[in-house]
Amino acid sequence: MTGFRLPRLNRRQVPLLVVGAAVVFALAYVLLIAQKPPATGGGNWRTTTFGSAVDDPGSFLRIFLDSITFAGALFIVASGFALIFGLMRVVNMAHGAFYLLGGYIAYEIQQAMTGQGFAIPTSQVNTWEWVVPLLVAAPCIAFVGFVTQQGLLRWNQGQELRQALITIAISVIVADQIIAHFPRATSTVAQKFGGNAVSLSWPGWTDRFVNLHVAGVHYSLARLVMLGLGIAVGLALWLWLYRTKTGMVIRAGVDDQKMTSALGINIQRTFAIAFVLGSALAAFGAVVWASQANIAAGQDGQWLLNSLVVVIVGGMGSIFGAAAGAILYAFVLNFSATYLPTAGADCCTQYSIVVTFALIALVLAFRPQGLFGRPG
Amino acid sequence: MRWNVLRSSPKTTIERAIGAIALVLAALGPLVFNQYWAHQILIETFLFGIAAASLIFLSAYGGMVSLAQTALFGIAGVILGNLATRGGPGGTSKGLHLGWDPTVALVVAIAMTTAIGLMFGAIAARSIGIYFLMITLTYSVITTYFLGQVTLVSGFSGIGGINRYTPSWIGDLTGHPNRLYYVSLVAAVFTYVLIRYVVRTPFGITLQGVRDEPVRMSSLGYNVPLHRTLAFGFAAFLASLSGVLYVWWSGQIAPGNVDLPETISLLVIAVIGGLARIEGAWLGAFAFIIIQNYVRGFTFPFLGFGGTLFGGSFNTVIGIIFLLIVLISPDGLMGIWDRALAARSRVGRAGPSAEAPARTGG
Repeated sequence: MTGFRLPRLNRRQVPLLVVGAAVVFALAYVLLIAQKPPATGGGNWRTTTFGSAVDDPGSFLRIFLDSITFAGALFIVASGFALIFGLMRVVNMAHGAFYLLGGYIAYEIQQAMTGQGFAIPTSQVNTWEWVVPLLVAAPCIAFVGFVTQQGLLRWNQGQELRQALITIAISVIVADQIIAHFPRATSTVAQKFGGNAVSLSWPGWTDRFVNLHVAGVHYSLARLVMLGLGIAVGLALWLWLYRTKTGMVIRAGVDDQKMTSALGINIQRTFAIAFVLGSALAAFGAVVWASQANIAAGQDGQWLLNSLVVVIVGGMGSIFGAAAGAILYAFVLNFSATYLPTAGADCCTQYSIVVTFALIALVLAFRPQGLFGRPG
Repeated sequence: MRWNVLRSSPKTTIERAIGAIALVLAALGPLVFNQYWAHQILIETFLFGIAAASLIFLSAYGGMVSLAQTALFGIAGVILGNLATRGGPGGTSKGLHLGWDPTVALVVAIAMTTAIGLMFGAIAARSIGIYFLMITLTYSVITTYFLGQVTLVSGFSGIGGINRYTPSWIGDLTGHPNRLYYVSLVAAVFTYVLIRYVVRTPFGITLQGVRDEPVRMSSLGYNVPLHRTLAFGFAAFLASLSGVLYVWWSGQIAPGNVDLPETISLLVIAVIGGLARIEGAWLGAFAFIIIQNYVRGFTFPFLGFGGTLFGGSFNTVIGIIFLLIVLISPDGLMGIWDRALAARSRVGRAGPSAEAPARTGG
């Protein structure tokens, strides 16, 4: 027989093929098919905000960099969530509220240091005035996390649902108190309190565009710094978890809590360390992202969602999972926001959230434990 | 089916008595209570109680704590709003304005919400415990963003004026709030009876088996994810009833009605009432809505800044109460009630207790 024979598919391979085809089509759409809207308006299914990567490499590169740099900030926040979850099986629902509180504390410090009004111009901020707010906010949130863990979570270890409910209660209280007390030191009454949107500022030296010498793209240095910080946090976490004794104990705790403490290791101390560090990472991420965008009341839910999606997609409690989840989520979010067909849609509709949902659904359908998670 | 009416314990007798009194009071509602109580507090209690009952059903009989019930509640409201309302002069500004017959729209809204619930359930069915909580939380947040960002069907301001398009067999609700009162009451009682019925069917018994011993049930040949999915679909059906009643009551639905704080509020209702017993749904809703209506006026030193316009006191108070309930009695007020009765019968003075928590509805 010389003819080409199709391989027989079993039932399990069919959905995999469908998903594969969808992913290939999405890639082909972004790389080859997409078209800019015609000047006359209208368009068809090929019409998006930008042209395809082949036609319009500059826009493609910019969105690629937007995604990867956003993934940096996302990773910083979500790795804290993943660290706490991975070791202690505590879903810290207050992670978003901690994020928000950290951002506001840093804003107050930066505003006091620079002596500026409501908005802080980047040109008035030096490196020191960015680092000190970070160095104050992170320990503050670490302390809040420490009190939460020691006071409310330590004695009911293992009751996962109850602990999740406790952290939800904390998030309600913290988020409401943020609205009641922040931002504090603003110039006018209208801007005071109520959880108004504020933004930190990057140091002045980051406020320029770097010539990448590719397709004539100049890209924001601040966003590249953000990516660098994300990578630095990832590397530091990796070194800490895989090259130090504490890290070894933590990984042992993730694998088998009872055995680890049976070996004479003070697992409670390790838990406290993980919770403190995880909370501090929420504040760190808040300082980074609030410098790029802003923080406002209500964003606690958004960042809780971000952390959840990263952890659900990437796999529960793995640092590589958090990195993979952050990158995948950031790419899906940014690319679907710009490359979904725009023809026929009205001005303001954004369907990118549907793609995010599809991402979660797909990952869970094939790997309920997430991409890098282990079953069990 | 067991007929334990014939050999009921003193405890069930007390509870039956309280339930009967609550039901009679509720049936006489508009006559007994003033308008504010009947048309605001009690209607809200009934309808949020239904949503909370769907959450408690999943938790008590399926072992799944779902945060997606608020989202499904909102989805039903939005679908109804899109299908039933008409555009044009005097019509609503947002949505598709399909202007369908309200009865058809009602049936389609409930059916579509149940279908979406089945889909949600199918995706989450292989995850349990804390993972299930996280996945359903993402459903909830994603629904909020979907409604906010897809201006075609909702947009941030949502859909208004839905209560003007009610089925003819129910009639005008805005002019006759008592009708809505009784519709909500009937729906609440229907929900309660339906859940009590479903948990005694072979499906309900299997579901409880799946809750306790998923591996064993699986080896006995039961399809565990399928049972979880169907339970989730059933809960979505109940949540859709609540959502429909809500849009008839308030007239509008917006992403703000299903966002994270609202999702947490429903969880708070269920937890205050007690995640283990269906009756807790209406008890929790009643307690929550009383707090919501009467604590708003107060301010507490150091907790707020005087006004309640921007946060401040109310949510903090709810958060603290929630925290205390979770710390002291994880099975909520119903758990306190159960323990109080158990303590009394141990002492040997079983009898009607004066400090029995008030129960409304169902």
